[in-house]
Amino acid sequence: MSNIVMGLVVPGQPHPLLAADQSPAWQSLQDSFDKARQEIEASDAELLVIYSTQWPSVIGHQIQADPEPEWVHVDENWHAMGSIPYKFKMDAEFADAYCAAAQARGLHSRTVAYKGFPIDTGTVVALKLLNPDNRIPACVVSCNMYADRAETLVLGKAARDAIEAQNKKTVAVAVTALSNRMFTQPIDPKEDKISSLKDDEWNRKLLEFFAEGRLEDVSQLARQFTAQANGDNKLKAIWWLAALMGQNNRYQGDVIDYQPVNGSGAAIVSLVPSTEAAMNQEFDEDDVEYYGGDRKVLDSGSDTSGDEENVDASASGQTGDTLVNTNAAPKPVGAYPHARREGDTLFLSGVGPRQAGSDAIPGGAVRSDDGSPADYDVEAQTRAVIENVKTILEASGSSLEKVIDVTVFLIDMDRDFAAFNKVYKEYFETIGATRTTLAITALPTPIAVEFKVIARA
Amino acid sequence: MSTGEIVAGILAPHPPHLVYAENPPQNEPSAECGWEVLRWGYERLRKKLESIDYDVLVVHSPHWRTTVGHHFLGVPHFKSISVDPVFPNLFRYHYELDVDVDLAESICAKAENAGLVTQMMRNPDFRVDYGTIISCHLLNPAWDKPIVGISSSRAYYYYNNEVGDREMLALGEATRQAVEASGKKAVLIASNSLSHRHFTEEPEVPEDMRNEHIYHHGQYLWDMRMLKLMKEGKSQQLMDEMPDFIEQAVSECKEGCLSWLMGALEMPTYPAEVYAYGSVIGTGNAIVEWDPKSAEVSS
Repeated sequence: MSNIVMGLVVPGQPHPLLAADQSPAWQSLQDSFDKARQEIEASDAELLVIYSTQWPSVIGHQIQADPEPEWVHVDENWHAMGSIPYKFKMDAEFADAYCAAAQARGLHSRTVAYKGFPIDTGTVVALKLLNPDNRIPACVVSCNMYADRAETLVLGKAARDAIEAQNKKTVAVAVTALSNRMFTQPIDPKEDKISSLKDDEWNRKLLEFFAEGRLEDVSQLARQFTAQANGDNKLKAIWWLAALMGQNNRYQGDVIDYQPVNGSGAAIVSLVPSTEAAMNQEFDEDDVEYYGGDRKVLDSGSDTSGDEENVDASASGQTGDTLVNTNAAPKPVGAYPHARREGDTLFLSGVGPRQAGSDAIPGGAVRSDDGSPADYDVEAQTRAVIENVKTILEASGSSLEKVIDVTVFLIDMDRDFAAFNKVYKEYFETIGATRTTLAITALPTPIAVEFKVIARA
Repeated sequence: MSTGEIVAGILAPHPPHLVYAENPPQNEPSAECGWEVLRWGYERLRKKLESIDYDVLVVHSPHWRTTVGHHFLGVPHFKSISVDPVFPNLFRYHYELDVDVDLAESICAKAENAGLVTQMMRNPDFRVDYGTIISCHLLNPAWDKPIVGISSSRAYYYYNNEVGDREMLALGEATRQAVEASGKKAVLIASNSLSHRHFTEEPEVPEDMRNEHIYHHGQYLWDMRMLKLMKEGKSQQLMDEMPDFIEQAVSECKEGCLSWLMGALEMPTYPAEVYAYGSVIGTGNAIVEWDPKSAEVSS
């Protein structure tokens, strides 16, 4: 049972907080914020985790860790609406855990705890209206202006890692508009409306999905929506929320409100985990577990003499070591890199026979889709494993000839050892690597053989 | 009252790294060194400004972002701390400054007369944006001149670059008219970089200059092209090519600052002086001055 008890989508403009009396739409949003507040209180949540599109970052992602940030906030555009004094309660311990979880998934992240740090309007509005008495500690993460969907999904998964590790009942809050095309001329607040019919229609389509609990489908639709309706920061907040909540369509969705705020689409939506799925999901081409980064330009001290075209090498935050991921090898099935360089030594994660991109298993899977045993060719699987090892080594600037030690895992020693050993000899006879072969009951994917390799970098 | 005038127009980018590396007493973090080419360029320009008689700094900043129109600081005095939300590890700066509210109101009114949406910012709790603070510090660390602060209108983002540029040229024209009507001598500051693609990772020691270089060679080529046009006094060509520059070099000129400056300077045909060019976390930054007096000498 997950600790994530509810997800919320809320707008971040200050109108419902500061100027509700000026517009029926803004008053409605204030009332709906209050309804969401009551749902949070009824959930017994112990933590609010917030992603705000109004907190931009450039250097990876930042996480607020000041236990009691205090300021008098004024919005840079809506300053005439008045000031917002605040003093919030942040969960600094969770912030540290989230930061560590993000780094473990390859993200560049850091906590911030500075007096006077400018907490963004979206976060301020959400916390003032959803948690006015600071009953629940909060954690806020920034919106990296360059982050793509894959990176943002990993950021959401890292939040989930930290939530489960800390074992805290959590409400996740995405502070974002839907369509974000605002009026650029002053308007009569009483006559506020969505700035275009097209944006309004797109918003309503998304809200249909939300009402059916189809959060993952909204996440996958976000880029098309942004192109058509000027989505708020590409709807990155929805990417984050969907990943954090488990990447599925199994929610009880409630569109609490949908109103204009100076032309933008402002919705308040709650999503409570449910056992019922709206329908099957599509394959998600952006779904990665680990972020390898795409910018190794600062990593000038490392050896990048390998296959640079497909390699993402990123500093892990410790002097002298480097994480390696390559698109030429099969995608890891967990939060780990393909390889890690420690000084002159290269450690490879377990390598199986799956093919990069397709995940096809040469020689066939060891069991059928219904779980029944299947016939397979261990020679073909072994050859594919070694080719994958070779690919990762070369992407790391090493080679098969530099292998020092191999640990081999077989799921059926009696059936497979002889055939495996024959192929192994073809590649390793002259290399002289030490080897240990173990029989195990199963591997994470339906394969028969996996290698763990240590090599010289 | 004598006619006011713009005595200098300056492209003065605002990387917090430059203040951080300088270690002024107002800034909390401290550095060993860093980004010397740009900092020394600013030092030379400071000396030049010290030799100029002027009354006010008028700054257009990309980091005061407004959606409904162009806003102007309308509070006479501010005192607070500016913390960069992106680089809080580098910039936590205690500032105290005066605003020339009369001139701000005059520019605001003339821009409105020109058909632009404008608004005065009267909230005393307002925190002045870090772009304004950084550019002003780098040019006048004594803070002994009042400023006029102008926001970057996000309306500029809804339209294509040509439409946005037209609006910023009109704002520049309104600024020049107001300065002339005020009888004051003004230094105008466009607080933006040129190419603006950042690295998304930071070295453990931010001032470790082994890692500092332009993000992409294409950006560098665009920056050099723009600087060449400035040095040749080809402002109209600069403006003509600006939309492509913005798009292809991810230029911060998208915020409208440089276009505003060109409008205020009436599209200068005299050469600009480039004091320095360098990268900061991958972005291209140039310190450039247009001196209207040089036009008089050359004509």
